[in-house]
Amino acid sequence: MANTLEIRWHGRGGQGAKTAALLLADVAFKTGKYVQGFPEYGPERMGAPITAYNRISTDPIRVHSNIYTPELVVVVDETLLHAVDVTAGLKEDGAIIVNSPKPVEEIKPLLNGYKGRVYTLDARTISVKALGKYFPNSPMLAAAVAVSGVMPKDEFINEMQASYEHKFAKKPEVIEGNMNALKMTFEALGL
Amino acid sequence: MRTDVSKINEKSPHQDLTEGLMLFNAGTTKEFETGEWRTNTPVWKPDVCKQCLLCTPVCPDSSIPVVDSKRLNFDYDHCKGCGICAKACPFGAIEMKEGR
Amino acid sequence: MAKRDRMSGNEAVSYAIRQINPDVMPAFPITPSTEIPQMVSTYIANGQMDTEFIPVESEHSSMSATIGAEAAGARSLTATSSAGLALMWEELLLAASNRMPLALALVNRTLSGPININCDHTDGMGARDTGWIQIYSENNQEAYDNFVQAYPIAEHKDVHLPIMICQDGFITSHAVENIELLEDEEVKNFVGEYEPEEFLLNVGKPIAVGPYSVSNYAMEARKNQEIAMENARDVILEVAKEFEKLSGRKYGFFEEYRMEDADYVMVIIGSAAGTAKQAVDDLRAQGKKVGVLKLRVFRPFPAKEIAEALKNAKAVAIMDRCESYNANGGPLGMEVIAGLFRNKVMVETVNYIYGLAGRDFTVTDVYDIFGQLEDLVENGTEIEQFQYIGLRK
Repeated sequence: MANTLEIRWHGRGGQGAKTAALLLADVAFKTGKYVQGFPEYGPERMGAPITAYNRISTDPIRVHSNIYTPELVVVVDETLLHAVDVTAGLKEDGAIIVNSPKPVEEIKPLLNGYKGRVYTLDARTISVKALGKYFPNSPMLAAAVAVSGVMPKDEFINEMQASYEHKFAKKPEVIEGNMNALKMTFEALGL
Repeated sequence: MRTDVSKINEKSPHQDLTEGLMLFNAGTTKEFETGEWRTNTPVWKPDVCKQCLLCTPVCPDSSIPVVDSKRLNFDYDHCKGCGICAKACPFGAIEMKEGR
Repeated sequence: MAKRDRMSGNEAVSYAIRQINPDVMPAFPITPSTEIPQMVSTYIANGQMDTEFIPVESEHSSMSATIGAEAAGARSLTATSSAGLALMWEELLLAASNRMPLALALVNRTLSGPININCDHTDGMGARDTGWIQIYSENNQEAYDNFVQAYPIAEHKDVHLPIMICQDGFITSHAVENIELLEDEEVKNFVGEYEPEEFLLNVGKPIAVGPYSVSNYAMEARKNQEIAMENARDVILEVAKEFEKLSGRKYGFFEEYRMEDADYVMVIIGSAAGTAKQAVDDLRAQGKKVGVLKLRVFRPFPAKEIAEALKNAKAVAIMDRCESYNANGGPLGMEVIAGLFRNKVMVETVNYIYGLAGRDFTVTDVYDIFGQLEDLVENGTEIEQFQYIGLRK
């Protein structure tokens, strides 16, 4: 398990956290990694807190349990910080990314004293600028890649271009916007 | 392999039965003389019969043979004596008799 | 040539079904297996396969229609989970007693109550005595590989029994993982054409299926069905051997993981076996002699082979993802222990119930269980021989 990166996603039903986890598995697979991407299922309700997970490794992955001590936590909806213990088990040498327009200093007090790296990303502004609508999962996916360093950024950009071309074959007009959202995320994080 | 029902009976060991007791054959009931079960017997009166053939389709055991659009006498090997034909006959040409 | 890909367990089974391209698939949706008929019907709509898809009004009907189609001479299958399998109960027995070699993709989910949609083996284990061959899968790869092997086993002339290929609901059905796929042509050749000798729509050669049987015949018919299940043993191994030639992936009744010199062994079914293997690696690194026996084939039950594999162990943990409410243990526990006794293998056993209704089963749980076994043998500490793990108390 030493070579395995474990990521936990927190979102609300309908925001695309599960899709982001599956996309990350997809793109990591294309760079030759062993991957897992899976949601934790309950009775799905729009807006209810949901959790999704990724394991990404250079070795085959056999564990089939949830993730309790992740290296990275991605919070797709800032309001979850009041409802869910998002830093539970998060490794001190790991990191958390919160979708919020607020500076890190304002978010930190809401993280139960977490001492590791904390990032915020204004996914709404990026998404609205790039896509004209609020879809937080593309920026949050790019943020997860940038912060975790799971793959080189240019490799990620190339793979996502191919992924979007496949996924949006019938809606090519949204490809450029999504690609811009990824690039703007990298710039915003400055990583 | 087609099923030869004459070779299967209540004494057959399990090895001799067909898979899933399927019958790989048709019309095998002919081989069983179920007429032996009969306790009442229909008797056909050809002189009264108008050959309207209302009796044939109601017979549950196909025991009223028809040749050239005319019924023949009962197939007593398979007639169980239910009496439906006698009820169906508008001309009193079938009479039920006790016994075989 | 093998094709590397990534997909969920449901996608993997649907992909195998597309490659097999059976004649008929009647289906009714139920979580977590719904995606399978959904994906198959998409393949059909896109012209990638020409299976006759029959949307029906219940699982009672989907299994009835599958049996009917199979009897008519069509290679048939369906998919279901949980209450769907329960609603098929009567037909499951008919499929087997009428000797229909059809296939069922079972995505394991618990049965109510309390009402819950998550994984355990209550559905599959509930159908354990219906006369079906049951093969369980650890991950998407095995779900795919097992499905490709399903028809060659079921349709073998010495078997002619229905086959259930099981995988864990959500845990593998909805998890995207790496997979190696076979080429369409390879699967097609491996599975072959379905050419039944006798079938209902065979003009000029009529048959009767499922006739009433008086007592003088029914018991003999049951024995013949039991013999077919025994015959399935050799056929499962033959098909696995052929599959290995094709794919390079080895299958048997079970997988023995680091069992060579293991003092303590965990017997387990399904996705949790992967978790157990990881824990075994961790414990082996600390010098602990532990291993995993992952059961793949539950029906026919390979009691003799399991007893042989466990004969040198000091203690065995038998893991049931299902409660049987016999107030004595779970179904796997009971069968393994009976198998050990009949084969005069007298090792210590502890039967654990774990992971009910989606309760997570972790590497730490496995450490704890091996710790208990060691404590039992090394220190003579008495432990309950039938207990729950991961229970709040």
